[in-house]
Amino acid sequence: MSARPYRGRRNTAKATSMILLHVVLIIGAMATLVPLGWMVAASFMTAGEANSLPPRLIPSHPTWDNYVTMFTRLDLLKHFLNSAIVTVAATLLSVLVNSLAGYAFAKLPFPGRERIFKGMAAALVVPAQVGMLPLFLLLRQMGLVNTYAGVIVPYMASIFGIFMIRQYALSIPDDLLDAARVEGAGEWAVFRLVALPVIKPILVTLAAFTFLSAWNDFMWPLIILADSGMYTLPVALANLVGEHVQDTELMMAGSVVTILPALGVFLVFQRAYVQGIMSGGVKG
Amino acid sequence: MTPPRGSLERRKARAAWWFLAPALILLAVFFVIPVGAGLLLSLTDFDVYAIGSPKTARFVGLSNYAHLLQDPTFWQAARNTMTFVIIGGPLSLSVSLAAALLLNSKAIRLRGLFRTIYFAPVVTTLVSVAIVWRYLYHPKYGLLNYLLGLVNVGPIDWLGDPHYAMPAIIFLAVWKNFGYNMLIFVAGLQVIPQDLYEAAALDGAGPLKRFRHVTLPGLAPTFLFVSVTTMIGFFQVFAEPYVMTQGGPLGATRTLVLYMYEEGFRWWRMGVSSAVAVLLLMITLVGTLLQMRAAKRSEA
Repeated sequence: MSARPYRGRRNTAKATSMILLHVVLIIGAMATLVPLGWMVAASFMTAGEANSLPPRLIPSHPTWDNYVTMFTRLDLLKHFLNSAIVTVAATLLSVLVNSLAGYAFAKLPFPGRERIFKGMAAALVVPAQVGMLPLFLLLRQMGLVNTYAGVIVPYMASIFGIFMIRQYALSIPDDLLDAARVEGAGEWAVFRLVALPVIKPILVTLAAFTFLSAWNDFMWPLIILADSGMYTLPVALANLVGEHVQDTELMMAGSVVTILPALGVFLVFQRAYVQGIMSGGVKG
Repeated sequence: MTPPRGSLERRKARAAWWFLAPALILLAVFFVIPVGAGLLLSLTDFDVYAIGSPKTARFVGLSNYAHLLQDPTFWQAARNTMTFVIIGGPLSLSVSLAAALLLNSKAIRLRGLFRTIYFAPVVTTLVSVAIVWRYLYHPKYGLLNYLLGLVNVGPIDWLGDPHYAMPAIIFLAVWKNFGYNMLIFVAGLQVIPQDLYEAAALDGAGPLKRFRHVTLPGLAPTFLFVSVTTMIGFFQVFAEPYVMTQGGPLGATRTLVLYMYEEGFRWWRMGVSSAVAVLLLMITLVGTLLQMRAAKRSEA
């Protein structure tokens, strides 16, 4: 469409800007990855090597020693299992509780639905910290301080999770549900046999979200777990760095072990996870 | 054979309450009631003795608040938190938007790979990366000072100097978080109709003008969402200073939530600690309302 003589120059300009764009993207990717890459590299270095000048990015004699120490002397496996138990339980319960509620908000009209829904939206602004002290005292009364159940409690019902399910469940065709009702299915059967298969993708998304936030959470487990044997990985790590701050390589091995499951779950469920964020933001 | 309409509606409503019951009971017992109790707790002198026998706690009206408003440590924590939110929030959003614009341009190769890389820090464990960055910020052996030394800057005692500690924590937070809002911006960019860009280009608008008059207005709803959610999250900053600086040096990185944690769970002054949390809630509310009003005004 443009005048011919300019075409060549325009193409070079376009190519230059494309190269420039990719250079910027690569610099950004390096800036993002260097801290994580250094963490992995340092975790395989021999004691003291991470504190050398100029800084090393590649271990000169790669070794598993730091991981061995972490899992033997520092008992990281116990904390890993604590984290795993808490996270898996939280994820399963959250998917169950929130899918029921989200489906009801989307597909089962009842008096007061709008009002409850608006109240829950307003509650999203309230920082969890406001309730943390009374929650601690309450769980103390219930004997749940220093237990897995005490850690899991706040993750079970999530307003965010309910909204996510509701948004998706709105797309279930009413005819589909009514057809099952006409055939005599009760509401529970309608949910389990008709609705659940349709909303399965969003359940995966919610599971990934809950898994990552429970696995990575720090403040609540720090508060509710008193005995170091019960610590989840992040709490154990924050505790270890106090006494082992000089042992850079060891701490990096601990960080890798903590981050790896989170990163792994993300990479496996990336599509579901990313779509959850992208749809939430636009409709939110 | 089909039951009359009214009875079906009743049946659905009854089922709804059964379906909602677990979530609503859990939210009530473990969120709504504790938040209400938090407001009440902030009006008492609940302390370490009251944990053993709650009856010793007394109603003290607003005196916890009066105490806090005269407490320089509280004001410092409030200032630090505001710095983190007001500098860190917009900085984080700018990086997110820039990354989203880069990823959104048409001829990018390996778009998915770049997106995954930029997003990776979001899913990492905050405590772990805070420890990693603690070493990257090391004044002598840290990678950051080494790189800065190559261009003759520093060395800077990032976490040991009160002037640099908060910027260092903000920098970590931006690195850790920008990928999340980047994805939301990418989604926002995708719903801006392509015709608008073409029409603007036909009118002779250059890239900058198109950005100002097509992209930014198109992203307005996204902007409101990300700035409110980011602000709420940033107000609650805790793990970074806890792990990297313990609030130091000289309290330069003690945030409101860290202060609340120390008062409540280290010194067991739960009345004062609750008052800090309630003040955080009020600041968050004011911030949210201000942002929503600003968004409404720019719409009009």
